[in-house]
Amino acid sequence: MFGLGYNAILVTVGAGLLGASAGLTGTFLFLRKRALVSDAIAHATLPGVALAFVVMVALGGDGRALPGLMAGSALSAWLGLLAVGWLSRHTRLAEDAAIGAILSVFFGAGIVGLTVIQSLNTGRQAGLETFLLGSTAGMLFTDAMIIAIGGALAVVAVILLRRPMLAVCFDPGYAAATGRDVHRIDLAMMGLVMAVTVVGLKIVGLVLIVALLIIPPVAARFWSDEAGRVVLISGLIGAFSGATGAILSASAPNLPTGPLIVLAAFAVFAASFVIAPKRGLLASVLWHLRYRRRVHLRQGLLALAQGHPIYEAFTMRLLRRAGLARADGVATDQGRAAAANALLDERRWQILRSDPKFETTAALYDGLRPIDTVLTPDQITQIDRGLGPRGAA
Amino acid sequence: MNGAEFVALSLPPILIGVFAAIACAVPGNFLLLRRQALIGDAISHVALPGIVVAFLITGAVTTWPMMLGAAGAAIIAVVLIELIRRLGRIEVGAAMGVVFTTMFTAGVLLLEQSDTSSVHLDVEHALYGNLESLIWLDATGWTSLADPAALAGLPPELPRMAVVALLVGLLTLLLWRPLTISTFDEGFARAAGLPVTAIGLLLVIMAAVAAVAAFDAVGSIIVIAMFICPPAAARMMTNRLDHQMGWSIGFATVSALSGYVLAGYGPLWLGFDNSISAAGMIAVMSGLILAIAARFGPCRARVAGS
Repeated sequence: MFGLGYNAILVTVGAGLLGASAGLTGTFLFLRKRALVSDAIAHATLPGVALAFVVMVALGGDGRALPGLMAGSALSAWLGLLAVGWLSRHTRLAEDAAIGAILSVFFGAGIVGLTVIQSLNTGRQAGLETFLLGSTAGMLFTDAMIIAIGGALAVVAVILLRRPMLAVCFDPGYAAATGRDVHRIDLAMMGLVMAVTVVGLKIVGLVLIVALLIIPPVAARFWSDEAGRVVLISGLIGAFSGATGAILSASAPNLPTGPLIVLAAFAVFAASFVIAPKRGLLASVLWHLRYRRRVHLRQGLLALAQGHPIYEAFTMRLLRRAGLARADGVATDQGRAAAANALLDERRWQILRSDPKFETTAALYDGLRPIDTVLTPDQITQIDRGLGPRGAA
Repeated sequence: MNGAEFVALSLPPILIGVFAAIACAVPGNFLLLRRQALIGDAISHVALPGIVVAFLITGAVTTWPMMLGAAGAAIIAVVLIELIRRLGRIEVGAAMGVVFTTMFTAGVLLLEQSDTSSVHLDVEHALYGNLESLIWLDATGWTSLADPAALAGLPPELPRMAVVALLVGLLTLLLWRPLTISTFDEGFARAAGLPVTAIGLLLVIMAAVAAVAAFDAVGSIIVIAMFICPPAAARMMTNRLDHQMGWSIGFATVSALSGYVLAGYGPLWLGFDNSISAAGMIAVMSGLILAIAARFGPCRARVAGS
């Protein structure tokens, strides 16, 4: 596979799985508008890592055993989560302040823990710093298996829990009213994110796992308005970023895996931001230009119909290009017909808007929409009865 | 420990820690009330690429280019967040998450790619600073405080941090009324003719300056903690903004003092010969204060009396 070595293939598969599970679970957090909770969860893992190391060494084992470190980090991340929840529910602090407080304090405690470890076994580096930014050097087969199994479990949990989680994301009040336990579903959502964070610590590290949980969902959001699809697309983007980053980092020495994975995800985000249909930047700009043209054309036609002079150069240019007016501002035959139509349309709208019977339809008026797209021919005939002789309205 | 050792080894870091804590806590009060608490988190992350780029351009670890680089990065980040939020119609938290993680990552990658082995610039330093190493070699005792020759040898971070803390304090005092009004009732402030957007931007810039100066001296972990924990704890103590400001400055000072002392002397008392991270310990102390305030503070509940 691309001439990669055994270890590189291992890392690529692991990173792809991790990216997929991060993208999937992160989407729920993003849709719940709590994307930054992942920041608190990730930073809160550090004291657990340090503590687990100390405990494992004290028990006479190898302090760097991945399962033990993962268990420790999960424990402290869970504590951090509960603390964020407690602070934002039982005190006057908003959730963002609770997140910031927990992430900085837990991270500070973790740093203290790391320096304690350094002073405990002077001369022998514990190498726990790699959990800050991740490291794939010397990744073992068992490590890859743990990451693969963890990622797969997260995917299965997402599939099982997707309906209640989406319900809570969109309308917590409604979800509660229909008998769902919002608090527990929220906790399950956070628990999933925490699991992915713990699994990802080894590869991308705790600072960068946040990026993997946030960027793919945001990028996926540009491509669809349907939640199920956003979840799926986000998972795909995550998998793609994970694998691409791992392959790139294997292609040259001195290229760390974690940062490359994040940058790959950001590249996908940037592309989505610009070229996505409907929500993308390009689409919005095009839509805006088209809208501007329609407004100018409509106003120009109304001016022609009422014999007003047109001073706006852009309007004039549009009319001339469409063959509706000559350079001196006089309407062509075609232009006169279009102008009369526009004026008739405008008069019909006027009558419609003054009639309370049509209240809901009148709300659709935006000065551009032709009336025959919202009314039946019968209704238009009825409205036309209200039209007086030409010029009287 | 005698006076000479204390003045040379502990006084400068303690003072730097206290000034950094206060400089961050003061704007933190307003950020907290405006629900922008995580701006401090974002700024301290994006300072890293700014500092690295400044280093790559100038080729040396000098103060001003690095401060400028970090401030520039902070401004770019704020602009990018707004762009993504407005043009992409993305919720502000997620937009922030995208921007600061990516910029931090870029900083890490640049750092690993460039040859910074000869200078003291690495990710760990950026995260938790080197407060303990900011010592005053020229001091011989308390009398050095009055000796101009010895004072010239002070670590440059100390006067810089003091100036920034003073500036932040003065600016807050000067702009107290407009800041307060626009924080509590933006609509009213606008109606009263205050430049609300400019005030908001100024607050963010003030926070960025404080963050960058503190970041340089003590690392990003203290910056984030001090932006949020002391103001949050102070918020539990009172309903008045001026009192909250006072409490937060007090809490920030206490965290910095106790954190440094515990980190520097705590292990010695327990019989170890190595000290532990002062930056981490200061953050932990501020968290402890917050926990106590959140449990027992008289104004901790969301609605008074409930």
